Amino acid sequence: MADLVIRNLHAKIVDSDKEILRGIDLEVSRGETHAIMGPNGSGKSTLSHVLMGHPGYEVTDGEVLFHGDDLLTMAPDERSRAGLFLCFQYPYAVPGVTVANFLRTAINAHRGKGDPIRIPEFRTRMEAAMKLLDVDRKMSSRYLNDGFSGGEKKRLEILQLAMLKPSLAVLDETDSGLDIDALKIVAHGVNAHIGDEMGAIVITHYQRILDYITPSHVHVLIEGRIARSGGAELAKELERAGYADIAASVEA
Amino acid sequence: MAATDQDVESLEGIGDGYKYGFHDEEKPVIKVDRGLNEGIIRQISAHKSEPAWMLEFRLKAYEIFLKKPMPEWGSDLGEIDFANIFYYLKPAEENARSWDDVPEDIKNTFERLGIPQAERKFLAGVGAQYESEVVYHSLQQDLADQGVIFLDTDQALREHPELFREYWATVIPANDNKFAALNSAVWSGGSFIYIPKGIKLDLPLQAYFRINAQNMGQFERTLIIVDEGAYVHYVEGCTAPTYSSDSLHSAVVEIVVKKGGRCRYTTIQNWSNNVYNLVTKRAIAEQDATMEWVDGNLGSKITMKYPAVILKGEGAHGEVLSIAFAGKGQHQDAGGKITHMAPRTSSVITSKSISKDGGRSSYRGLLRVNPGAVGSRSKVVCDALILDEHSRSDTYPYINVGEPNVDIGHEATVSKIGEEQLYYLMSRGLPEAEASAMIVAGFVEPITKELPLEYAVEMNRLIQLQMEGSVG
Repeated sequence: MADLVIRNLHAKIVDSDKEILRGIDLEVSRGETHAIMGPNGSGKSTLSHVLMGHPGYEVTDGEVLFHGDDLLTMAPDERSRAGLFLCFQYPYAVPGVTVANFLRTAINAHRGKGDPIRIPEFRTRMEAAMKLLDVDRKMSSRYLNDGFSGGEKKRLEILQLAMLKPSLAVLDETDSGLDIDALKIVAHGVNAHIGDEMGAIVITHYQRILDYITPSHVHVLIEGRIARSGGAELAKELERAGYADIAASVEA
Repeated sequence: MAATDQDVESLEGIGDGYKYGFHDEEKPVIKVDRGLNEGIIRQISAHKSEPAWMLEFRLKAYEIFLKKPMPEWGSDLGEIDFANIFYYLKPAEENARSWDDVPEDIKNTFERLGIPQAERKFLAGVGAQYESEVVYHSLQQDLADQGVIFLDTDQALREHPELFREYWATVIPANDNKFAALNSAVWSGGSFIYIPKGIKLDLPLQAYFRINAQNMGQFERTLIIVDEGAYVHYVEGCTAPTYSSDSLHSAVVEIVVKKGGRCRYTTIQNWSNNVYNLVTKRAIAEQDATMEWVDGNLGSKITMKYPAVILKGEGAHGEVLSIAFAGKGQHQDAGGKITHMAPRTSSVITSKSISKDGGRSSYRGLLRVNPGAVGSRSKVVCDALILDEHSRSDTYPYINVGEPNVDIGHEATVSKIGEEQLYYLMSRGLPEAEASAMIVAGFVEPITKELPLEYAVEMNRLIQLQMEGSVG
């Protein structure tokens, strides 16, 4: 069985009637990179947050298995410790909490009680990850995302990915707001981890990031359903033709 | 040994994160009858062999106490039963200079609270008050040799009568408010500190206040004089057993900081949730002097406390950093008061409050700028964090500016702990309680970073304990 199995997933915003996800089926395994593309409002970000367990969404039907376990009954922290990682499109700031303190606490949460990471080992790992992502070491003593530029936030998201080593990473519009140099660095950081140990879902509106992170699968999400699936060539086709044709075929 | 009812009673609340709710068996040397009357006051004064002027001062204060109405603002104090309180309890014969001379039970209590250990590691001097009297006192010899005085207040009255009388009740007179009057009538213990000209203490002096008996009233009185160009950091901590009936802590703290001197006064208040904590604290800062209050209120049932600085001399600076944490059944009515009396004085009030599990925290502040205090600057920032919908936060910022040529800023924010902030931290593997505690620790960080490391750690640990009580 695939690491992640999504079957007939339906979801809506809590306290609203409108379904945003209307029956998603998807399987992702380690070593695979699935791009999920689609126009604004098609449900891309909703899918990422439903997978992570955002309290603002409610699953109305379907199931999600992660390593064979029912992902939907787990709290977000349990999902994280089970190996799922979401690279946020808009990461939240936590003033007063330093990046280093946060990263160490997160790593220790993953290691479990009674086995905290030793400070020198933590420092070494953090500095290696910072080098990979071309992040200023001073960032470790800044407050988490507090006053960070868009690019700094995205790099810190990938830095967390590098340190927590998930088995499945969901990248939600990681390319938005990045200039081309920053995008290359971020893609480099992600590519360093995609492989035998990690699978990825790359959510994007544009095909730009896919020039740097080559997908093994591409899915087009239209109105809460996967309207078409294919290989990397599908992304190129979308770049030329846009979403209109596929959207029209769904309506037909 | 079987648990007694009292043992069971004292264990209540420990599950909520309060670790100091234990109590010792009472073995008083002297314990006056319950309630208050002139006879009790005469008894206290006679037992202490005080000079006549002090007895007179007490009796006059008692009259004021009887006449003054209860405050009608702030918290509801209607349940305080003054007749049910013990106003004086002497726990030990001697104020010891060595922990070995402190009675075994009491010594063990302070060991559990970590006081002798802290003394060995990072303190220049320690006072430990248990019920009404200071039972242990120490000061590093080299400081004593330089003329530093750090005594319990009763002893200072005996040993330094002139210095004592020069400053006594000059900052907070007995008629200041009902509880200052009560303290003036029945005061016992507290710290008396004098730092001579130019002497700067590298390490803090600390006093620890412990209430042990049920329905106890603790009324310590602290007087600190920092002479010209001198510096002292004084730290106080306090705890009490958890009982089902109330105790009363009503202290008065007076501070005078002379020209160019600096005093920092740090409080980590962690009374059990059956203690009324009604304290008057005020400092006078003379020319170019600096007074800083760092006031952490985590415990008690009700706290009403607004540390004040009177900026009397030109160029004086005053600061109040206040943290209040109100949990279940608690009301923290805290804040600060600053009066600018002289030109080019400056002040900062920073207040951070957290309310959870139905707790209520209020910021109450008074900023006054008198006519003539030209070029004065003041900044007031109060931020409140509310952790759930049952809890409450209020802000009462009073600003009274009588001088046009000044720079005054005021900012206030109220926020709920963000569901999305919490989600973000949890998405990185932090369990909910740990994620909340991290957000709260970050919220108060601007204040904890001002504390010496040991106290910052202690403050964060206490916050963590409060948070653990709220989740899971």
